[in-house]
Formats: sequence, C-alpha cells, structure tokens
Amino acid sequence: MATQLKLIDEERLALVNAGIAGVGGAPEDRAALMDYLRTAPLGEVDITDARFWTADAHWAWWERLRAEQPVHRCEVSRLGGGYWSVTRWEDIMAVDTNHKVFSSDAHLGGITLRDMDSDFIMPMFIAMDPPKHDVQRKAVNPIVSGANLKAFESLIRSRTAEVLDGLPVGEPFDWVDRVSIELTTQMLATLFDFPFEERRKLTYWSDIATADDTMPGNPTRDERRAILFEMLVQFTGLWNERVNDPEPKGDLISMLAHNPATRDMVPMEYMGNLVLLIVGGNDTTRNSITGGLLFLNENPAEYAKLRADHSLIEPMVSEIIRYQTPLAHMRRTAVEDVELNGQLIKKGDRVGMWYVSGNRDERAIENPDAFLIDRARPRQHMSFGFGIHRCVGNRLAELQLKILWEEVLKRFSNIKVLAEPDRVPSSFVKGYKSMMVEIER
Amino acid sequence: MARITYVEFGGTEHAVDLEDGMSLMEGALSNGIPGIDGDCGGNAACATCHVFVPPEWQAATGERSATEIEMLELADSFDPATSRLACQITAGPALDGLKVGMPETQH
Repeated sequence: MATQLKLIDEERLALVNAGIAGVGGAPEDRAALMDYLRTAPLGEVDITDARFWTADAHWAWWERLRAEQPVHRCEVSRLGGGYWSVTRWEDIMAVDTNHKVFSSDAHLGGITLRDMDSDFIMPMFIAMDPPKHDVQRKAVNPIVSGANLKAFESLIRSRTAEVLDGLPVGEPFDWVDRVSIELTTQMLATLFDFPFEERRKLTYWSDIATADDTMPGNPTRDERRAILFEMLVQFTGLWNERVNDPEPKGDLISMLAHNPATRDMVPMEYMGNLVLLIVGGNDTTRNSITGGLLFLNENPAEYAKLRADHSLIEPMVSEIIRYQTPLAHMRRTAVEDVELNGQLIKKGDRVGMWYVSGNRDERAIENPDAFLIDRARPRQHMSFGFGIHRCVGNRLAELQLKILWEEVLKRFSNIKVLAEPDRVPSSFVKGYKSMMVEIER
Repeated sequence: MARITYVEFGGTEHAVDLEDGMSLMEGALSNGIPGIDGDCGGNAACATCHVFVPPEWQAATGERSATEIEMLELADSFDPATSRLACQITAGPALDGLKVGMPETQH
C-alpha cells in the first residue's frame, strides 16, 4: 500500500527551505520518506523534491529504481514537464559518452534537470556541445596542469595548516564554515587571483548561482539575476585590468581574456563561464571535505584504520568523493529518439544521469553501500562524470582533500561530529549547510 | 603473452608480461604501475590511461576510434601522432616488445 507524502506539511517545508528548521535531524521523517519512496506508485514520485535531499532519504528510491525500473520516467514534476532518470552505472556511462545524441546545450535546457531560464541563458562550456565546448574547455585546462598542481601544493599545505591551527579545541564549531568553505574559497580566490580579503563573495555567488529561486527563503528570480550581475561587474573590472597585459598571467581570468576561443565572449557568456568555474571549484570540494569527516564518524572502524595507516589517505580521498557524489546528477537533452535499456527516449526529452545512484550500483561496485577506505580500485567512481564533460579540476580537488587529511592526522586524534548535518535542499548540489563538530582534547 | 614496457614521464621503465586479451590499461593497474589511473574502467571515457605509442608499433596496436580521439584531444600533452588510450589497446603476441610512454599528468 502506498504511503501518502503528507508527512511534512507545507508550512514546515517553507521553514525547512528557508533554513529555519531542519529535517535532517529528524529520523522519523527520514524513515517515513524512505517508506514512501519504497511503496509509492513508480510514476508518482518526483525525486527532485527537496525534501528527499534535506532528509537524506533519496537512497531508497535509487535502490528501487535500479532493481525495478532502471530507466524511469517521471511525467509530472515540480520542474514543469517530465524527465527521465537513468540509475545504473552502465546506462549512465552510455548517456555520458554519447554527446551527439545527448546534448548539454544551454539553449535546450542545459545540464541540470531544472531548465536554465530561457530568458536568462548563461552560455558556459559545460553547457555546450563540440566544437565550441572543446576550445573553451582547453582555454582553462592549463590551470590544472601538472606544473601548476606542483606549484599549488605547498600553498595549499600552508593554508590548510593555518586554518586547522586556528580551530577551537574542546568546544563545538561549524566544520562547514570554518574548514570546508574557508579552504575551498581560498583556493578559488587564488585560481581567479581574486582579492583575497573579499573571497567570501565567491562562496556567496556560488550559492546564489545554484539556488532554486522557486524555493521559499531563496532570493527571487530578479534578486538572483541582480546578484549575478554584481558578480559580472566585479569580474569585468578584473578582466579589464588583465586583458592588456603583454603576457597572460596564470590566473583563470587572464587565461579567458587572452585565449582566442574566449577573449570575445559576450557578457552573459563570461558570466556563465564564471558561474561554472566558481561552482565547479567551490561547492563540490566543499561538500567532499564535509562528507569525509561525516563518513569517518559514521564508520569508526575506518577512522581507526586511517589513524593506524596514513598511506590509506590517497585511496580514501577517492572513496570519499564516490560516497559523497557532490553533484547528484547531470542532465542531458535528447536530440533524437533513442532507446536506452528498453525505454524509448523521445527527441527533446530531459534525461537525468544520477551519479549518486550509479556510484551505489552493485552491478559495477562491490559492496557499494559500504564506506571502505582501502578499496582495490577506488578511482573507479562516477562523481567526476565521464566523456568530454568530465570534471576539469578533479586532480586539484583530490590534492586539496589529500593535504587536508594529512594535516588533520598530524594534529588531531579525533574530530567528533556532534549532530546530523543540515543538508542543502537540492537534487543537484548534494551537500551540507552546516555540521557541528568538536575536536577532542 | 606480450612483454610491455611502460615508461613513466620521468623515464623510469616498468616491464611486465601481459596475458593475451588484456588491455594495456588493465595490465598497468594490475601490476601497480604508477602514472596510469584508468578511472573509467576501460570505456575510453576519461583519458586517464593516456600513453604514447611509437609510430613503428601503430600497425600492431590498431586504429583509434572516433570516441578515443575525442577524449585524447581534451587530454594534457595530446600528441596527434602517438597518443592512445591504453584501455583501447589489447595485448597479444604482435605487441611483444612494445614500449609506451606516459604524459606528466592524467586527469
């Protein structure tokens, strides 16, 4: 029998979405939502509903879809119009590597299940198809060259040490704010050569760029656009300072301003690529930094293994990224009718590749629901995507996480998570608003 | 059986014997050879098993598919003449003695 999804009333949902109330800490809500996902008629469920994400209840749905209907159609959704959910590793791989049939084009809706606003299209290379995608991606690719990563290493280490040494011991604090946001935003400021003392603006813009303006508590559509224009104004100032340098400096803005593929971008395209680089460099690593500490707390035997053997940091970093899956999905739009695992996807249909589900597919990964820091092939996960749009900054993200854990283990024997974290109300950015922790003396 | 030598970016050589039918990516991973990551598991979908195959071996290693070329073109240190994805090369007697180079980084 189907359970009705009336467990959290609309009034409370508004408070949850505004960040005033949390459902993450209420296990009865999570259990009820999971029960709903296990029993509701398959066609009725819209997994993009933020409640499943704040309560961390979506897992039940993926387990069910992978077994019963791995390519699933949701006809009526809060997104306005239906969408497909692709849930198995193999099918996700097939979509991700077939960019000719499954387009990323912003004008068709872009790369999130929620369409990009048709009257506010921000072209960015992740939301383009070849050939334009390729040349713009290549313009920024040198930022993560081997030489750059080597050059960043000592900077990341000294900053990480400084942030960790500044943490209070023996009293509660928010790990997201003090560590995850601080470290990723410092890195991002360096990549852009953005004024360091103003770096929290980058965090703010990142959050605004991905915020769903239909949610109570988030900025409205017009407010959101105004904030993104403020971002564009400041970045245009930086562009103008650097565009006439005889030789480009090593930062992302200089790379964009001097490369033939990007130097003539229109303002909305500059805005789009800024949003891509800010969100890509910010939200994702931030949430893996938080997730890693959470998983070690939930799996004390793994935390003990790690303390005993620091050579496990490297495989653990990949396992954290798999287990977190900081971007739950990417979307494509079919440009022709195509069959996928027995389902007919029609031209124009939205297709969600749920990396969060592929990363737990028992057909591809042994014992996928376990967090195991010493897996044999930890790098084989979907969190960076596959095909031509695969994450550009993956090795930098791994380096940041590796250095963080090396420095944490040098200093602290135990960092205790005090309560369930508050989660972001989004089916795209799978992350945490806050997580209270305490460093044991 | 084929003896394959993987040459790291810095010049360090690793010679291993691969069974027929095994991909050069799989051969590197199962022998713990540094510098080849193989993140996608052998689908030509990530370019983290990028290697350089000398011209005289290219008849034996075979043609690149369109997908493989697309991924290689986005990789660091792409060389139109010699770049390959190791996961798309299958070991066999014809490859005995092959030496492949590696780029500085894979991502």
